[in-house]
Amino acid sequence: MRAIATQLSGRRGESLVFHDIGFTLARGEALVITGPNGAGKSTLLRVLAGLLAAETGSFRLKDDDGADLAVADHTHYLGHRNAMKRELRVSENLAFWQSFQAGDNGGGLTVEAAIEAVELKGVGHLPFGYLSAGQQRRIALARLLVSARPLWLLDEPTAALDKRSDQLFADLVRGHLAGGGMAIAATHQPLGLDNVQRLELDGAHRSLEAGLEAFA
Amino acid sequence: MMALLKRDLAIATRSGGAAMLGVLFFLAVVAVIPFGIGPDLNLLSRIGPAILWIGALLASLLGLDRLFQADREDGSLDMLSMQDWFGLVLTVFVKSCAHWLATGLPLVLAAPLLGLLMNMSGLSTGAVMLTLLVGTPAISFIGAVGAAVAVALPRGGLLVSILILPLAIPILIFGVSASYAAVTDPDPFWPPFMILSAIALFFAALGPVAAAAALRGASD
Amino acid sequence: MSDTTISQGWFTSLANPTRFLALSGRILPYLAAAAVLSLAIGLYMSFAAPEDYQQGVTVRIMFIHVPAAWLAMMCYSVMAISSIGTLVWRHPLADVSAKTAAPIGAAFTFLSLLTGSLWGRPMWGTWWVWDARLTSVFVLFLMYLGLMALHRAMDDPVRAARPAAVLTLVGFINIPIIKFSVDWWNTLHQPASVIRLDGPTIHPSMLYPLLVMAIAYTLIFFTLHLMAMRNEIWRRRVQTMRRQAAQAIGRGA
Repeated sequence: MRAIATQLSGRRGESLVFHDIGFTLARGEALVITGPNGAGKSTLLRVLAGLLAAETGSFRLKDDDGADLAVADHTHYLGHRNAMKRELRVSENLAFWQSFQAGDNGGGLTVEAAIEAVELKGVGHLPFGYLSAGQQRRIALARLLVSARPLWLLDEPTAALDKRSDQLFADLVRGHLAGGGMAIAATHQPLGLDNVQRLELDGAHRSLEAGLEAFA
Repeated sequence: MMALLKRDLAIATRSGGAAMLGVLFFLAVVAVIPFGIGPDLNLLSRIGPAILWIGALLASLLGLDRLFQADREDGSLDMLSMQDWFGLVLTVFVKSCAHWLATGLPLVLAAPLLGLLMNMSGLSTGAVMLTLLVGTPAISFIGAVGAAVAVALPRGGLLVSILILPLAIPILIFGVSASYAAVTDPDPFWPPFMILSAIALFFAALGPVAAAAALRGASD
Repeated sequence: MSDTTISQGWFTSLANPTRFLALSGRILPYLAAAAVLSLAIGLYMSFAAPEDYQQGVTVRIMFIHVPAAWLAMMCYSVMAISSIGTLVWRHPLADVSAKTAAPIGAAFTFLSLLTGSLWGRPMWGTWWVWDARLTSVFVLFLMYLGLMALHRAMDDPVRAARPAAVLTLVGFINIPIIKFSVDWWNTLHQPASVIRLDGPTIHPSMLYPLLVMAIAYTLIFFTLHLMAMRNEIWRRRVQTMRRQAAQAIGRGA
């Protein structure tokens, strides 16, 4: 399985924040996107997830035979927000996403195993709103474990996490890659991996589209 | 998808949920009418069906802005949008159904009590209940479009009501005329009721598709 | 804590939820027994009372209806006093008391509206009229429901306490309106016949069952209220323990 991006450009508002981005990821590889604030890291990840339309170019997932796969069905997206309901118990939240995002081939950990994997054993029965910000973030990571999808798109996954949890997160990503998965992350956290590609967005591509200069 | 229905219903009925508030608003709106127009029982029983319908319309519009906004605020909406076209339409349909079960159905069940307060006859109350049973889902489905359009806007609540009220007017017209036709003799009940049912089915098909299109466009 | 340790009277000792639980646990069985006993006597006396020469047997609805209406108002008064306790003395149990009284008050109000409706049908020929007494009681019912919704809308009970207390006190205006509505406006509802400055106008054969029923209702109210307060205290303890558990897991990991 491979993930291929060709000549991607995306914009926020009227200005292009990046253009002509291309990369190829194979199984077990990760791509780390770095760059200053406003360089378009989040925009790029949302374009890859299909949540924003790309201005030009395309992003495809191909299986081993070269056939196209639906990106939305094979991708986990972890944004700035945790996608969990404060009113519901942790286990209810995870069980919901497990059944909602169930992959074709099943897989994925049980809810209890996923909570244990993020080292929060015993919080399953608590309402999500009772947890601290760091614990909430770790449960959000556990969502990626309860249903198996090959590509992880991670936007600042270690926000609100302490040093220990940073390490935990790096271990989780490493485990995912070792199992044949792929990951694209916007993070400054060293993952401690061998096969990491780097993509530096510098925001220098920012330019107004032709015809819109008049409004600048 | 059953999991989504269960989740939305659980959120609506847990503490802080909106399930009870719609009925309370309905009760309060209908209860202030006699203060405004005076306690003439004959007058009240004559305008009762219309008052109940307007109260139910306002009460079901009340909670609509939270339909997608709550999911957007915590990031769930991204995951709901990451589906193919059919999946997204189905998601909107299921969320609208959950919204109706949590806020619309209680209005239908509260209608007989308010009919009593309005001095309406049993037949008239039954007709209002039946038309509300068919009409309130239509409001939820067409309301989903407004909720989807206004999902990213601050103060979306008022805007949703402004956007949806004109679209909901046909529901109100045929709901009220069917309710009146049940009690006034020469008018037949079934033609307006059938049209109301047709509108409900049409909105059940149109609403989710239009709302899904709006959600795709509103993503930022 | 500084201001609660100044005087150690029985009132402040009650502020400790643990003492309250122990004390209320001892009182509750007797209170419940007294409530059941007085209700039994009251019901027996109600059915032994003579029938009204105009209303016939329907007059017996009065023995259920009138005390329920009294209790609906008394319950709101209890909530108002508790709200003062929350706002002025910061008494930790005052909020518990105000919150748990609301559903009980709503139940008594609903009972009085329901029985009044059943009574009004044969007397006035309609289930409901919008006269001053009925309408103001209906408004009271809506206020109870609104306060319950307010308490439900906040997941942290401590933060809900003060806004709810303010709202309860503002709503207390309605209580005198209910009481004097039959005197101030010309209404279908009959004027007060028991609690009057010039003594009751009701015949003793009906007055005594009514008073016993009123005592029974009051005892029932306090029994239910104490039980609900104990539940609420336990519920809050569970909530606190869950939060502590969440913190402990984070530290241990």
